[in-house]
Amino acid sequence: MSTATTAASTATTAAITADALPARNRALPLGRVTQLRLVRSEWTKLWSLRSTRWSLLVAFVAQAGLPVLFAAVKMSRWGQMSPADRASLNSIDIAGAGWRLSQLAIGVLGVLVISGEYSTGMIRSSLMAAPKRLPVLWAKLGVFAAVTFVTMLIATFISFFGVQAVVSQHHIQHTLSDAGALRVVFGAALFLTVLGTLCTGLGTLLRNTAGGIAAFVFLILVLPGLVEILPTPLNDQVNEYLPSTAGTGIASVTNHGLHLAPWAGLGLFAGYAALAIAAAAVGMLRRDA
Amino acid sequence: MIEVEHITKRYGDKVAVDDLSFVARPGAVTGFLGPNGAGKSTTMRVILGLDAPDAGHALINGVRYGTLTAPLSTVGALLEARAIHTGRSAYNHLLALAQTYGLRRSRVDEVVDLVGLHEVARRRAGGFSLGMGQRLGLAAALLGDPDILILDEPANGLDPEGIVWIRNLLRGLAAEGRTVFLSSHLISEIALTAEHLIVIGRGRLLADTSVRELVDQASIDSAVFVRTPDATRLRELLAAHSVSVAAGSGPGRLAVHGLGSEQIGELAAAHGIVLHELTQQQVSLEDVFMRLTGESVEFHANAPASAPADHLELAA
Repeated sequence: MSTATTAASTATTAAITADALPARNRALPLGRVTQLRLVRSEWTKLWSLRSTRWSLLVAFVAQAGLPVLFAAVKMSRWGQMSPADRASLNSIDIAGAGWRLSQLAIGVLGVLVISGEYSTGMIRSSLMAAPKRLPVLWAKLGVFAAVTFVTMLIATFISFFGVQAVVSQHHIQHTLSDAGALRVVFGAALFLTVLGTLCTGLGTLLRNTAGGIAAFVFLILVLPGLVEILPTPLNDQVNEYLPSTAGTGIASVTNHGLHLAPWAGLGLFAGYAALAIAAAAVGMLRRDA
Repeated sequence: MIEVEHITKRYGDKVAVDDLSFVARPGAVTGFLGPNGAGKSTTMRVILGLDAPDAGHALINGVRYGTLTAPLSTVGALLEARAIHTGRSAYNHLLALAQTYGLRRSRVDEVVDLVGLHEVARRRAGGFSLGMGQRLGLAAALLGDPDILILDEPANGLDPEGIVWIRNLLRGLAAEGRTVFLSSHLISEIALTAEHLIVIGRGRLLADTSVRELVDQASIDSAVFVRTPDATRLRELLAAHSVSVAAGSGPGRLAVHGLGSEQIGELAAAHGIVLHELTQQQVSLEDVFMRLTGESVEFHANAPASAPADHLELAA
């Protein structure tokens, strides 16, 4: 009888003041969602997937190992190379060129970190836990960018020292204190980091792994080829401002006839990424999950 | 406490939810019933702030879901479409959710044990059976010890033992003063768990009632079948009682609406009319449900056309 009375009075109270909760012994203290906690959650999410670990491993091996392999091949052919070819070899450029392969793994991972949530429905769990939505996107971008930057920076350092060790047999090695060397090492890691966040933006917009990867491949790999169809010199003028061309200038000490300075190019590339992320943020807020 | 106020949600031209209002109160299990495609899942997504309604709003303890400061402690939800990354282990899935809220790791172990997933917690969720997936979803819903539980077809894929387990679990949670709101397309299942029912069809509210009232109403509405050699005289007597009498399927048979079998029997006895048969039609909860939603079923099987109203006679 007393139970019935309590239930009835609870219902009445609740009907009058909507925020009145029935007295219930909480097993847990009331918590709060914070940006730092979302970062911790995204860290767990990132490392608890096999696809992440594989993508990062592939990117690391490509970024650290490919330039060393390239340098070794060049050194083995040193005898057959013309003096002009020998002179054109720059060991800093070689060390920074790992992005040509690692960008694929980083780009795919950038798409996957968010498209994987949309395709499996996980995004609904994420947004139920953090209904304000955008902090989830910031946490995801922040964790992914930090992990990419740190791993790619370490990989590029390994590449740098590896390449210098290999080319020292023909005395064309450089040191980190040589002009542009540090910029190339940090720049290569920064380019890949910005590329990754650009791809996360694309993945958030398209909510689909295949679509996101297609958009990334088109933007970074296909578009420069298409622009070549334009009449000269228009093709070169446009090409310089494309995301991939603008962004990769920083990973090389040789200026390939570009007007954009390395840091300005990276800035432009970051601008493209910011645009994609802004569009993604608006879409995330406005569209149904 | 969940308050849904005049929610309308369209997807393109299709109206999924149409001016729907209801309240789910604390301390009780509220069933949310409707045929497939009636708009149950859409309504739940709107309540959870995942989908934005075109009109109206839903309130959780008086505020919108999006403005909750402690979402996991306020609402725990299990959605029909699984909301779990298939590549992640059950434990890591729950851990990632717990971390958004600063919950201890031991709480993850607690809910894993509670739903009986201890053995498989380190396995990838993609390999889970439907029943295991439901248990994992339920573990996520219970993680923050929420005041309100919103569960979309929680018994889906559970074996009979699991169904009894979840029924008792939900009743227990409601008895602790929580609001339990669960959807189903099976009235027999929900009637065993819920005290209150919200019935919808084609996005519209069809009934907002207690399970008991619904059953009572159904038996009042149901027919009493009478067979008597004196059908004409009985028919005249009944006509005086403002009840509807229809000719039954055969000579001397009547179908009476609006009067119980007791009254009919007493009336016949008082006037010396012999009855060969007096049957109160047995109305099952499924019949009630079919009658309520009959016209609003979204996906009809390609069966011979029969008006929904005929169903009661067929069932009898």
